[in-house]
Amino acid sequence: MFHKQFSIALLSLFFVLSGCEKAQNTSETQKASETQMTEKSQDLVIYSSRNEQLILPLIEAYQKETGTKVRFVTDKPEPLIEKIKAEGELTPADILMTVDAGNLWRASQAGLFQTLNSPVLEKAIPANFRATNNEWFGFSQRARTIVYSTDRVSPEKLSTYEDLANSNWKGKLCLRTSKKVYNQSLVAMLIAKHGVEKTEGLVKSLVSNLATDPFSNDTKTMEAILAGQCDVAIVNSYYFGRMQKKDPDLGLKLFWPNQSAQADELSGVHVNVSGAGVLQHAKNPENAKHFMEWMTGSQAQTILAKGNMEYPVVGSAENDPLVASWGGFTSDSQSLTKAGELQAEAVKLMDRAGYR
Amino acid sequence: MRTQSQLSTIKPSFHLKAFVNWRLLLLLVLCIFMLSPVFTVIHQALLAPSDLNQHLNEFVLPRVLANTIFLVIFVTLLSTILGIAAAWCVSMYEFPGRKFFSWALLLPLAIPGYVMAFVLLGLFDFSGPVQTVLRNVFGNSDWFPNIRSGGGAVLALSLCLYPYVYLIVRGAFAQQGQRALEVAQSLGYSQRRAIFSLAIPLARPWIIAGMLLVMMETLADFGTVAIFNFDTFTTAIYHTWFGMGSLPSALRLAAWLMLFVIVILLIESRGHKQRYTSIGDALSNPRQKLSKSKSFISSLFCGFLFSLAFVIPMLQLLLWFFEHSELALSSRYIEFFFNTLMLASLGAILIAFFSVAIIALQQSLKIKNNNRKTAFFIQFLTRLMTIGYAIPGTVLAIGLFVPLAWFSKLLINNFGFSSLLFTGGIFALLAGYSIRFFAVSYRPIDSQMQRLSTHFEEVSESLGVVGIKKWQQVILPLLKPGLLTALALVFVDIMKEMPLTLMTRPFGWDTLAVQIFELTSEGEWAMAAVPAVAIVVAGLVPVYLLNKQRDKHIQN
Repeated sequence: MFHKQFSIALLSLFFVLSGCEKAQNTSETQKASETQMTEKSQDLVIYSSRNEQLILPLIEAYQKETGTKVRFVTDKPEPLIEKIKAEGELTPADILMTVDAGNLWRASQAGLFQTLNSPVLEKAIPANFRATNNEWFGFSQRARTIVYSTDRVSPEKLSTYEDLANSNWKGKLCLRTSKKVYNQSLVAMLIAKHGVEKTEGLVKSLVSNLATDPFSNDTKTMEAILAGQCDVAIVNSYYFGRMQKKDPDLGLKLFWPNQSAQADELSGVHVNVSGAGVLQHAKNPENAKHFMEWMTGSQAQTILAKGNMEYPVVGSAENDPLVASWGGFTSDSQSLTKAGELQAEAVKLMDRAGYR
Repeated sequence: MRTQSQLSTIKPSFHLKAFVNWRLLLLLVLCIFMLSPVFTVIHQALLAPSDLNQHLNEFVLPRVLANTIFLVIFVTLLSTILGIAAAWCVSMYEFPGRKFFSWALLLPLAIPGYVMAFVLLGLFDFSGPVQTVLRNVFGNSDWFPNIRSGGGAVLALSLCLYPYVYLIVRGAFAQQGQRALEVAQSLGYSQRRAIFSLAIPLARPWIIAGMLLVMMETLADFGTVAIFNFDTFTTAIYHTWFGMGSLPSALRLAAWLMLFVIVILLIESRGHKQRYTSIGDALSNPRQKLSKSKSFISSLFCGFLFSLAFVIPMLQLLLWFFEHSELALSSRYIEFFFNTLMLASLGAILIAFFSVAIIALQQSLKIKNNNRKTAFFIQFLTRLMTIGYAIPGTVLAIGLFVPLAWFSKLLINNFGFSSLLFTGGIFALLAGYSIRFFAVSYRPIDSQMQRLSTHFEEVSESLGVVGIKKWQQVILPLLKPGLLTALALVFVDIMKEMPLTLMTRPFGWDTLAVQIFELTSEGEWAMAAVPAVAIVVAGLVPVYLLNKQRDKHIQN
């Protein structure tokens, strides 16, 4: 009785399995012959560590406009980089899209990207938001800035990131874990500005000012301020935006630090990018380039900026109204390539400083 | 022991010829397949430059090692105690709610560890409702233990992992029936002594199987501890890879972790005793009726465990779910749901079949080579194949992906295949699940096997029922309880699996777990409740079926 059930289950398993393989294979071969016939393909494949909710609207808009069939797979950036490496020249992917300049820099170091000669991209994107060798380009900016309790902190007391290391903030600071790449990039940019030794001193002082152990995400960090566990923190502005959207009378406010900074401080707010590059072994390089250029157009920039309350990289694009209400700011002028180059150094420094 | 006639056909000692037989070769080949990620990791680890060693030794490893030892010991202890206690109550005693708890206590299986951790964090952290109320009432909550700590991680992991022990041990107690208690009574033992010196030792293979699963899963865990920002050896691996950008150094750490697990498995294979020879006519006697106060305590304990491990996290998830229920109505969720069920059921059946095949192979090898050294070697080989469960998910994913990519390039270049294996179908995904979850399926079936008396095989062979037929007609039906447990556990585990699915799924095979990843990667935890609730709902199906089958089994 039982073995009968078992063999039926097995049999059906094999049918289903071979069915899946077959269906996939025929569509693959069909596609292959189609590409051969039409010369120029109608496909584009993206590997993305930017999550689905954020890129799906972009992809849908692009498909509608161009008729190109876009397929994508998401994962964390590091496994994606290893995946592309392992697939080598057989990779189906044309574009790697990810957040944080550190990740883009690493993919570029691994030799995954090709140089893209595009006057459109060079004109649209400010130099510090793209690779110096034109291998990757940033499409949206994300500001990592100071957030404070409106009940307990008057904004006049705030000035710079560096100032948070002062002992008058002792027991009043909350931070997210050093394992998040956002903090690693921020510290990397501090190293670029101040050198390792001074930055290590700064980070040690930040750690000694902590009110509690570092949090695993930005939202929890801000909730700690609301609950009175601490008074100030450093977060990405869009996380604040999400909270403010839910509760407009939130007892928190953003502060743009380093706006009238001295020569020995960061020259503005630390911003990072989400961006992409065309892969070395892209099967549809023309489509990939076209997509990259389309990303700097006004439609894509608006979707990018409004979808997650980030900032567009193209100056003329429009902000989300809520984001606009936070006012403008000057951002740090150092090239984001540094965030990649110095990331490992920054991580080791934070380990030494006891910043978890 | 064998009968005399059989002994004459058995080679008396360790012999080279015994090694060159197809069964052993097959076992070795399968073992190499199962260990392919381990080989990849070791290969890459050997390439590691040593420049990070000093840094890791000085600033990272001492702390994470202490944390890991703490976590593994306490999670294993707490899960085992909770699992055994709950299993004992529902199988031995009659108390109000027993029937309900008997299956309800399994439900936390379907809640992924990272979801449990996030819910606990939300409730018990400084800014959460519990401490807020305490502050409002008492003025401060400084005395409240910090949930973002080793203790919090132990709690979250134990609440998710105790069902493994519970499910496996409950099977043991059910088969053991009241026998242990009766024997104990006839010996004049007290109830307590009966439990600790009879019932628990009798259930030993099951308990060890459950404990090892818990231990391995704790070692491999990243999602849960990361939420509490509690650093363990696994977080150190990712820290080295993601943070310092050195995959080889990270894999060297992973290689150390694997070595540790191999040692544990070695010890476990050595300490292996003879097969246990009691198979119960399940629950031939009625459960013990408890006094009023004792049955109140039993109900209270089960109720408390069930609330903490399931009701509270579920309530929180449902609250979030209804905030974002519009997500669930999108047609894409039907696809995610279907993909998840499809992969989980295919994977569970495949892996259960695979486990039975391995165990059959192992048994026939043991019968053919009845000497201690060979038996140990075979035992160790099969134990080694379970290692995938202790490897951190993303490490396992690349450990599998690299040889797969190499292999499919071989196929494309030499045999005219048209696409990479992993873009072409779900083959790679199922191979990955097999490596990852073999332990989960092998353990319950194997402990069931150990419980079968060798007489069953002997009798069936003497009746001329041999080979595959023997397995179909005699052994498989007897293995059924273990097999069902295995199916349910693997099914639920695959639904929750994230790193392998992310890396090896072909286009269009997004699952509910992938959706959780998408949402949580940018901190949208409340929205992630929608796929999380869907996973729990899908997890109810195997739990229900498991229970129905079990009831039927008991009635027969």
